[in-house]
Amino acid sequence: MTARQVMEVPLVVLRTGVADQRAKRLRRSSRSLERLIGVIALLSIWQVAAWLGWITPDILAGPLNVLGTAWDLLVDGTLAGAVCASLQRVVIGLAIGIPVGVGLAVWSGLSRTGENLVDSPMQMIRFLPVIALQPLFLLWFGIGNEAKIALISFGVVFPVYINTSVAIRTIDPRNLELAKTIGLTRWATIRRVVLTAVTPAFLVGLRMAVAISWLILVFAEQINAREGVGALVIKAQTFFLTDVIVVCLGVYAVLGLLSDFGVRLLERKVLQWQPGR
Amino acid sequence: MATREIDLIDTLNDELSAELDRNSDSKTVESGIATDVREVRRVFGDRVVLDGINLKLHRGEFVALLGRSGSGKTTLLRALAGLDTGVTGTILVPEQRSVVFQDPRLLPWAKVLDNVVLGLKGDEHRRHGEEVLAEVGLAGHESDWPKTLSGGEAQRVSLARALVRQPDLLLLDEPFGALDALTRIRMHTLLQRLCSRYTPAVLLVTHDVDEALLLADRVLVLTEGEISLDLPVTIPSPRLRGDSTFIALRSRLLAELGVDEVAEGDHERNPS
Ligand SMILES: Nc1ncnc2c1ncn2[C@@H]1O[C@H](COP(=O)(O)OP(=O)(O)OP(=O)(O)O)[C@@H](O)[C@H]1O
Ligand SMILES: [Mg+2]
Repeated sequence: MTARQVMEVPLVVLRTGVADQRAKRLRRSSRSLERLIGVIALLSIWQVAAWLGWITPDILAGPLNVLGTAWDLLVDGTLAGAVCASLQRVVIGLAIGIPVGVGLAVWSGLSRTGENLVDSPMQMIRFLPVIALQPLFLLWFGIGNEAKIALISFGVVFPVYINTSVAIRTIDPRNLELAKTIGLTRWATIRRVVLTAVTPAFLVGLRMAVAISWLILVFAEQINAREGVGALVIKAQTFFLTDVIVVCLGVYAVLGLLSDFGVRLLERKVLQWQPGR
Repeated sequence: MATREIDLIDTLNDELSAELDRNSDSKTVESGIATDVREVRRVFGDRVVLDGINLKLHRGEFVALLGRSGSGKTTLLRALAGLDTGVTGTILVPEQRSVVFQDPRLLPWAKVLDNVVLGLKGDEHRRHGEEVLAEVGLAGHESDWPKTLSGGEAQRVSLARALVRQPDLLLLDEPFGALDALTRIRMHTLLQRLCSRYTPAVLLVTHDVDEALLLADRVLVLTEGEISLDLPVTIPSPRLRGDSTFIALRSRLLAELGVDEVAEGDHERNPS
């Protein structure tokens, strides 16, 4: 045995958690403060530009102007009515599209026949830009709400289907074996093993579906609509009311954000079992 | 892969119950037999893994199955579990079978108790599940997520899941392979206690000759697709590794497995 030589080994500091809760809170609040300052700076520049006449109201209304209009629309109930009409289309569209997507995914994921019948057509159709189907849908469903809802439902099916069916196909076969040795019925296996296993992938699909549904809504509403946020935008456009248009854009943004937040909340609640959460 | 697995669920159950029907009709089985395997063959490509296995397990009998790695132990166990439709021959097994795999195979999205009573309905089963969990030393862990369990705890949950169904045949595939020596000893005691209480026929696949001799009434050795040795274990209890019968049986089994004891012993003493 040779005597071991003692050498200096350079050590690195590994990052660890912050034990001091106060320091943690302080760090977090300073971060959100910085974010807030960024937003306020942008709004101020916009407002100053409006005051100085660099941006005229027929091009883009200033923030204070927009805020006032938002208040007016809120108080006279215009906004609530429009949001209700738009929200209704999205909700019904999702309510139809999501079960269809999941159903097709389960069918194509669990049976050979289903895979052959469903998967190739789905893989082909999904490359169609959904909004290009608007003219056909107008012919089939008329210019009422039905065409818009149908378009949203149609567009929502694909992200749900793709994510869910891939997950079903890559499900851990050991869990299916377990189901078999335990004597689970086919239905119980689908419910307790298959559907739960694909929940994370389904939720990814759901988030995409929600985002897409808003996109299709905006498009469909601005082509023709008697009510809804899109109708408000078109009406405002004919009278150069940029403040109303900006309010409507804000409404779309808030609705999109809120629905995404909702899905994320659902994710946190449903996926507690995942390692690393 | 997954598709095929699931397509099999129904057909498999049908096949097995057909097998069981034939069993009760023809009454070819002696009483007291919990499993009867006749001329079972399994071929992968042109490799014969099981070459005409004959095997009877009696009720309440604890049988250990030894064999070199790749000798086909898992293949035989999977055939008995009804997981392999590629085997030929006759397999008669009780309807109530449980399998404990080498990995715990807990569903990560179900709490511990839900994993144990998976597929069983009713409060009665839940209460029974709680009892069995307490027996494996996991009382109070009913609503834990599997991700929060240690390896040994997870394996005990999977044992509880097997036992709560009160199987007539319990199939164990190296269930303690991944556990440390201490936990393993505890699991041995636990398994013995539970088996004497629920009296299933047990087939334990293991690599560990000592484990087989400590637990089993009978030890089988699988060599080249056949059962080359069927050895009753006659060590008086409590079984101790230092017992002379133990040592003699151990040598016999190691020889059957093709292990040169002296050379191996040297190897253990002088790790290069
Ligand atoms: N699905 C399969 N396809 C092809 N060959 C297989 C398959 N399953 C098992 N085999 C082969 O059958 C032989 C026996 O495998 P098995 O898993 O039964 O061995 P084992 O005795 O359990 O080994 P170990 O002690 O290492 O777990 C191996 O040579 C393996 O390569
Ligand atoms: Mg094996």
